[in-house]
Order: sequence, then structure tokens, then C-alpha cells
Amino acid sequence: MRLTCPHCGERDLREFAARGSAVVLSRPSAGASAEEWADYLHIRDNPAGEARDLFYHTPCGLWIEVTRSTITHAVIAARPVREAKP
Amino acid sequence: MRYSGARVILEGLRGQRGWRPAWREPAPKSDYDIVIIGGGGHGLSTAYYLAREHGAKSVAVLERGWLGSGNIGRNTTIVRANYYLPGNSEFYSHSLKMWEGLERELNYNVMHSQRGLINLFHSDGQRDAFARRGNAMANQGDDAILLDRDGVRKHLPYLDFDNPRFPVYGGLLHPRGGTARHDAVAWGYARAADRRGVDLIQNCEVTGIDVQNGRVTGLQTTRGSIRAKKVGIVVAGRSSQVAAMAGLRLPIESHVLQAFVTEGLKPVINHVVSFGMGHFYISQSDKGGLVFGGDIDFYPSYAQRGNLPMAEHVMEAAMTLMPVIGQARVLRSWGGIMDMTPDGSPIIDKTGIDGLYIDCGWNYGGFKAVPASGFAFAHLIAQDRPHRIAERFRLDRFTTGRGLMDEEGTGAQHNLH
Ligand SMILES: Cc1cc2nc3c(=O)[nH]c(=O)nc-3n(C[C@H](O)[C@H](O)[C@H](O)COP(=O)(O)OP(=O)(O)OC[C@H]3O[C@@H](n4cnc5c(N)ncnc54)[C@H](O)[C@@H]3O)c2cc1C
Ligand SMILES: [Zn+2]
Repeated sequence: MRLTCPHCGERDLREFAARGSAVVLSRPSAGASAEEWADYLHIRDNPAGEARDLFYHTPCGLWIEVTRSTITHAVIAARPVREAKP
Repeated sequence: MRYSGARVILEGLRGQRGWRPAWREPAPKSDYDIVIIGGGGHGLSTAYYLAREHGAKSVAVLERGWLGSGNIGRNTTIVRANYYLPGNSEFYSHSLKMWEGLERELNYNVMHSQRGLINLFHSDGQRDAFARRGNAMANQGDDAILLDRDGVRKHLPYLDFDNPRFPVYGGLLHPRGGTARHDAVAWGYARAADRRGVDLIQNCEVTGIDVQNGRVTGLQTTRGSIRAKKVGIVVAGRSSQVAAMAGLRLPIESHVLQAFVTEGLKPVINHVVSFGMGHFYISQSDKGGLVFGGDIDFYPSYAQRGNLPMAEHVMEAAMTLMPVIGQARVLRSWGGIMDMTPDGSPIIDKTGIDGLYIDCGWNYGGFKAVPASGFAFAHLIAQDRPHRIAERFRLDRFTTGRGLMDEEGTGAQHNLH
């Protein structure tokens, strides 16, 4: 698996830290119920196929959202987290 | 056919013509009382204890590949009871006791070898943590001995004790820890379940779960529909997909864990050894290969193979701890799909749908759990209430927040275990 940092281009996987599912970008609002929080924190679709995950590019400090296949490890897209829609 | 030393000699004299297949290959029936989805270690042991402990007469195990094609045949075979938290501690303690009688119970040589497990520590803080863990193990009735540096040296003279960054301070020895032959555990349970009338159905993938009025009624499979009064889901890394067939969403992410084996060598590593400062643990198989591994790759994956950074990390940690390993050549590496929960502890529970039960979330530690998990899951399915050794493995702990068991103390959150 090779990842492309939007700042630095295609880089060695060792430069990236995997930071979990991109669902954490959709943080519940302050008044959300306990169920919504539990869902957000713990429950996952866990798709076998296309998934969105967060990675941190250690050398440049950019958080990126990577769309990839969990079956083949093919990387489909990568963009800065600030451009990712929650 | 009972296996015994006499039988081996007799068959030797008769030209090995008397052996029979270890289990039948029945076609699926249209109807069962209980169907277990998944023919891994946990599914097979569940079926066995359903028949053995609860007298279940009409049980089938449906496996989409061949028996033992999943994690049960991919793990690094370590069996131990050195857990710390209530919930885990009594469960794994019970499991280890079951291991100690397993070969007689199954009439099958699973090559269970209690060669001793040593967790190394490399700082004062780690020593305190392991002393505390050892006390918890002793309180549970299991065995733990805190070794100082010289104590470790007697057992593991080949370590680099004076590595400048990670000197060895000592280790926690768990004498009853060890290894077993993973395939043999699957085969032993399969044969024993078959002998008690369980239908083991291979190449049969479950594609749908039928639910009517909140109650499970049967399954759709690649070998036709099968009616069932009760269904147990035990599919490890595939738990989320199979549970989704019944409309359930789980607190699980599937991750890849890699393992490695070297060419066969003469006996050199007599224990199971784990490094305390990097992700690395090792044992030597009876065939002579050094079997070792580390941590998950940390991104969700169903690929059953990993990437090179974790392989490199594991090799670096190995060379740091035991430079002698640099002379061995790696023969193979592979990966398995781990069903990771946020707190690193498993789930054995009802699902909210009547007659549908789930056993999952074994993370990277479910091999040692095979006997007790099957035992407890069979109890839950047959009696509709949890067995006391597994009553804390609740599905709803992730919703209520009560009873989370974060054994590693990293925080009960995905991506941290
Ligand atoms: C590299 C590695 C090292 C490990 N090391 C250790 C260790 O040292 N000690 C330890 O205790 N644990 C270890 N583990 C963990 C342990 O192997 C697992 O937790 C355990 O095997 C999982 O339970 P299982 O045996 O039932 O899983 P599996 O053998 O994976 O069984 C699940 C079965 O379900 C089947 N299935 C899936 N979907 C369907 C469907 N739709 N229909 C029908 N069947 C289906 C699969 O084909 C599979 O055979 C390790 C795992 C790996 C990968
Ligand atoms: Zn970058």
C-alpha cells in the first residue's frame, strides 16, 4: 500500500500513522443522546470494500482522509481532512 | 474409531489400510434445531459442547471454505492465562484448565505444550506492572513467577541483555503457558463433534439470515435454505458482514495481523518469549520453524495479508532482543482478519433478535479461548443465559459504558489496540 499526501505526493507508508475510521469526522452535536455517542465512538459499518480512513502524514503534519479498498488495499483517493465532508 | 498408541502400531503392521476419514461429509438438511455459522475453532468447539454438555441432537456447522481455513489455522498458537482484569481473568483461567484436559477429552493429539511463557520487562515501571499482573494471576489461582535478570538469563541465555536502549530487567514467567498445534485443535473438535452427530458442512457460505417478528427462522446459503430454531454467529473477522444480514451493527473493526515463520532449525527457543519494548513475540514449532509476530497493521483490512512496515518493525524488534535470530531465514509470512473491539475484549451474548446469538471480538487472542468460548457459547445458546465464566462479555457494554474491559489500558477506543 502506498499513500499519496496531497502536500508531498506519493510517500512511503512508514511516514503515515493510521488514525482510524473517517466517521470520527461526524462528531455528534453537544445535545446528542447517549446512543448517538455510543454509536459514534464504538459502532462501525466495517465495510469489506470501499472504506474511508484517516491517516496522519508525520513529516508534514497533514491529516488526510483516504478512500481505499479494504479487500485489495488499492488506494482510490486521498484529500486533506479539511476538504472532507463530515 | 478411537485413536491410541496400540492403534498406531496395529495400523503400521496392517499397512495403514484401516484408517477412516476423521469426519463425515453430509449434505445439508433442510432443518436443524441449532445452526452455527463459521467452522473456525470457536464454531467447532461450540458445536461440540452443544452436543456434549447440552445433549443437542440436531446441530450443524456451516463453513464457507474448509474447516480451519480462517484464523484458527493462521495464528501463532500461544495458549496462556495471564490476564489481569476481572471478566477476562476468570475466563482465560477456565480456558487453560480446559486445555489441560483437552487431548483426553477429544481423543486427539493437539500437541499442547506447556513450555512456559516469559514476558520480558525493560524498566522499573514495567517491572511493577508485571509484578502486579503476576499477583492478579496468582489470585486467580494460576501460576506466575517474577524473574530477575539472572533468572531470565538461566532460561534465555541467547538474549541481548545489555542492549543500550532496552536492557532486560527481568521477566514474568507463566510456567503453564505454552503452545498447541492450531490445525489439530480445529480437527480434534471437528472429529469429536462429528462423532456426536453434528453435521459439518463445508463450502457452504451463509448469505442471508431470515428473521420474522423479531425471531430467527433460518438461513440462506450457497447450498440452499436451511430452517433453524437457533443460530450462533461465530465468524471472527467476518462478524460485521454476517451480523449485517440480520440488520445488526457491531462495535467491531476488522484488521490484519501478520505472522512469520523461519526455515526449520534445531531446538533453540524453548519457551514463548515476548519483548516488552516493541511488538515482537516468538516460539519454536515442533517442526523447528521459529514462529513470530507483532502487532496489527492498524488500518482496517480484509486482505489476509499485510504491508511491509509492520514486517520491518517486527524484524527490527527481533534483532534488538535476540541478535542470534539474524542467522535464520524467513520462509513465509501471512495475515489473518482480526475482529477488533474498542476495549480489546470479546463478546459472547444475545443479539436482541430471539434465537440469534453472537460470539466475536476475539482481537488477536482468540486461539487460547477456543475451549472456554465454545463451552460458554454453547451454554448461552442452549440455556438462553450466559455461563458465569463469560457473563461480562456483554454486547451492550459499548452502549452503556458499564463493564468495559480495557486490558491493555490504552483507552477503550477503536484503533488503539
Ligand atoms: C497471525 C495471527 C496470530 C494469532 N496468534 C494468536 C495467539 O498466539 N494466541 C491466541 O490466543 N490467538 C491468536 N490469534 C487469534 C486467533 O487466531 C483468533 O482470535 C481465533 O482463531 C478466532 O476464532 P475462530 O478460530 O473461530 O476464527 P476463524 O478460524 O477465522 O473462523 C471463522 C470462520 O467463519 C467462516 N465464515 C465467515 N463468513 C462466513 C459465512 N458468511 N458463512 C459461513 N462461514 C463463514 C470463515 O471462513 C472462518 O472459517 C492470532 C490470529 C492471527 C491472524
Ligand atoms: Zn505530507
